[in-house]
Amino acid sequence: MRAKFVVGGAVIALALTYMIYAGVTQSAVYFVTPAELRASAVAGKAYRLGGMVLLGSLRWEPRTLDLHFTLGDGTAIVPVRHKGTPPDLFGEGRGAVVEGTWSADGYFRASLILAKHSEEYKAPHGASQAGYKELLRTLKGEGR
Amino acid sequence: MIPELGYGAAIVALGLALWGALAAALGARTGRPALVLSAQHAALGVFALVTACLALLMYAFLTFDFSVRYVATNTNLGTPFYYRITGVWGALEGSIILWTWMLALYTLIVILRHRESARELYPWVLTVMLGVLAFFLLVITVAAPPFARLHPVPADGHGLNPLLEDTGMITHPVALYLGFTGLTVPFAFAMAALITGRVGDAWLTMTRRWTIVAWYFLSLGLLIGGWWSYHVLGWGGYWAWDPVENAAFMPWLTATAFLHSVMIQERRRMLQLWNLALVIMTFGLTLFGTFLTRSGVIASVHAFTQGTIGAFFLGFLTLVLLTALGLLAWRWDALGAQGALDSVVSRESAFLLNNVMLVAAAFTVFFGTVFPLLSEALRGVKVSVGAPFFNQVNVPLFLGLIFLMGVGPLIAWRRASVDNLRRNFLGPVLTGVAAAAFFFALGVHSALAVLTLALTVFVAATIALDFARATRVRARMGEPLLPAMGGLLRRHNRRYGGFVVHLGVLIIAVGVTGSQAWSVQTETTLGRGESTELAGYRVRFEDLAASEESNHFKVAGAFTVSDGRVLGVLRPAKKFYPQEQSPIAYVDYRLGLREDIYLVLGDFARDGSRATVKLQVNRLVSWIWIGGLVLTAGAGLAILPETKRTA
Repeated sequence: MRAKFVVGGAVIALALTYMIYAGVTQSAVYFVTPAELRASAVAGKAYRLGGMVLLGSLRWEPRTLDLHFTLGDGTAIVPVRHKGTPPDLFGEGRGAVVEGTWSADGYFRASLILAKHSEEYKAPHGASQAGYKELLRTLKGEGR
Repeated sequence: MIPELGYGAAIVALGLALWGALAAALGARTGRPALVLSAQHAALGVFALVTACLALLMYAFLTFDFSVRYVATNTNLGTPFYYRITGVWGALEGSIILWTWMLALYTLIVILRHRESARELYPWVLTVMLGVLAFFLLVITVAAPPFARLHPVPADGHGLNPLLEDTGMITHPVALYLGFTGLTVPFAFAMAALITGRVGDAWLTMTRRWTIVAWYFLSLGLLIGGWWSYHVLGWGGYWAWDPVENAAFMPWLTATAFLHSVMIQERRRMLQLWNLALVIMTFGLTLFGTFLTRSGVIASVHAFTQGTIGAFFLGFLTLVLLTALGLLAWRWDALGAQGALDSVVSRESAFLLNNVMLVAAAFTVFFGTVFPLLSEALRGVKVSVGAPFFNQVNVPLFLGLIFLMGVGPLIAWRRASVDNLRRNFLGPVLTGVAAAAFFFALGVHSALAVLTLALTVFVAATIALDFARATRVRARMGEPLLPAMGGLLRRHNRRYGGFVVHLGVLIIAVGVTGSQAWSVQTETTLGRGESTELAGYRVRFEDLAASEESNHFKVAGAFTVSDGRVLGVLRPAKKFYPQEQSPIAYVDYRLGLREDIYLVLGDFARDGSRATVKLQVNRLVSWIWIGGLVLTAGAGLAILPETKRTA
């Protein structure tokens, strides 16, 4: 009787180990910086690329949903292409993490953008207020 | 003045908790009831003082006392009244106070309920509860003081994280914390059992309902969390295997395992050691979850050293585990199993397998969550495993668990005969197979979906069979049908509460299957008056409107949804909070039993001429919430006191 349970337990443990092993090897995503990606990019392999969205690099085409930008880390830059609306926390001069693959054509094809939330404490009701007021005005004035 | 009062109250409470823990232990050792009584008074004092702390912090929020750093960080003059109250637990410091308050409340209830009934265990239970309270009070006074001052005092605060401005924020953390803290009670009883050497069934019987209560709240918290994610975060999902979610899910899994293995010990005197280990594991996981989500360790191994909070929790967790394991080793000889397994085909082994699978699921979730940390610490490479890993490993386990859900309650104890199997399972199995054929014929071709649905039908059939039989027995004794059913639920509330919980899980499984297998989405940019189509729905962009709310600006799009006839206008929006660098999406949806229409506003032109919108048709998601209601109702039924049989 005991032997049956030992064997059963061993089978379950082995199956679980295999499932975890297979799961990890299939879905592991390496976190790299632009410099690390440039140094050893393997086309088709899944990466999580983290860097700063360079000023002036952002191009967003609403009609085609094409989003192009460049991620940099001070030493290297990587052009990134994505299809879809930029997420709320995304913007030039801010940190972003993108998930996707390196394309043989020399750019990073992002399937997912995870914008990074900056934790810094900003003076409330500061300069940004004016921008919102103006936004509100244009929307109220011309949006009707 | 107010903050100093709060700080003072916390310090006194810490002193009282330490004294109480010591006094109760001494009282137990020396057999002097006066010491235990003193510990009891100390516990009452701790509850009063922590209540005062919570009230003072709430007062600081309501009066905009920005001289308190925590208040200034989590509220501002525009924060509505309602969210100034929930803002109290909107971040680390306040949530630790809420946690401590609940723990003190549980301690109070333990005193009220058990001071007479559990003479031997009670003093030690008090020691453990007060010891854990002392740790949290130490966190409040040293590691994360909520009453710390801010110099100079700002004119206005920063404001609450806008994502937390939601009605879910009052219920979600409260339920979750009631679950987490409630798990301290069975842990305290388990420790008391080990210390006194009374490792028999007394502690189990006394903590059974406590565990169901904690489990009820934990389940509720997880479900509300899913709902919050679905209707606030705007990605159209309810579960992302995020470390924060996993932190709450792991103790839920082990607590679920415990609720089942308890029955084996009650019935067959087996698994004593295992039950103690499960309780310890569950409590350890609640601490680990807090460590994981509050120390910043998730972002990077190195972030953890920046705050003291991580070190506190890790230290306490180590202390708890070492003590508990030491006690287990000390009582090793007393923990031998008295019953033995007779057959592989029996209720015992079904429950055992259920436990193995639940703990295995908890382990894989644990592994996947800490994997990035391990990899960074050991190899210096940051590697993460995402949702695909968790799904791939857990789906087979969950399917196995659903299958066992049908087998466990009906299979015979000790050894199931062929006759028993035929009598209980032939009908349900045939129903399940017929269901598989039916769904396949209906056009469901995903093997996973067919399997899940068939298993669900199989389990539902076993529950129906059991319920019908029991009702028939009562009806034969002359009771009318409906009172017979009601009486059954009330008389055997634990058993049938469990069945109702199982039904809830089945309904959730259907919802998850449907949403994973059949949801569709599209993303497009529309000019004013233009429309897009998806899954038989037509969505037309009408216009954009801006409005000014008490603490933010809101830009909402108007989209007419029709499926031939007009169903309504959805208004997804973007909310601009002055204190935030980026807008926050505000989704709008139309829920349905078959499918939800779910709209997220993306980018838009300032003149309102165009808007980018994400349109999702999410299938069967509502069944997750319905199943959640059924599940919690079942847990509620199981909590009710057992009625003595009169007849």
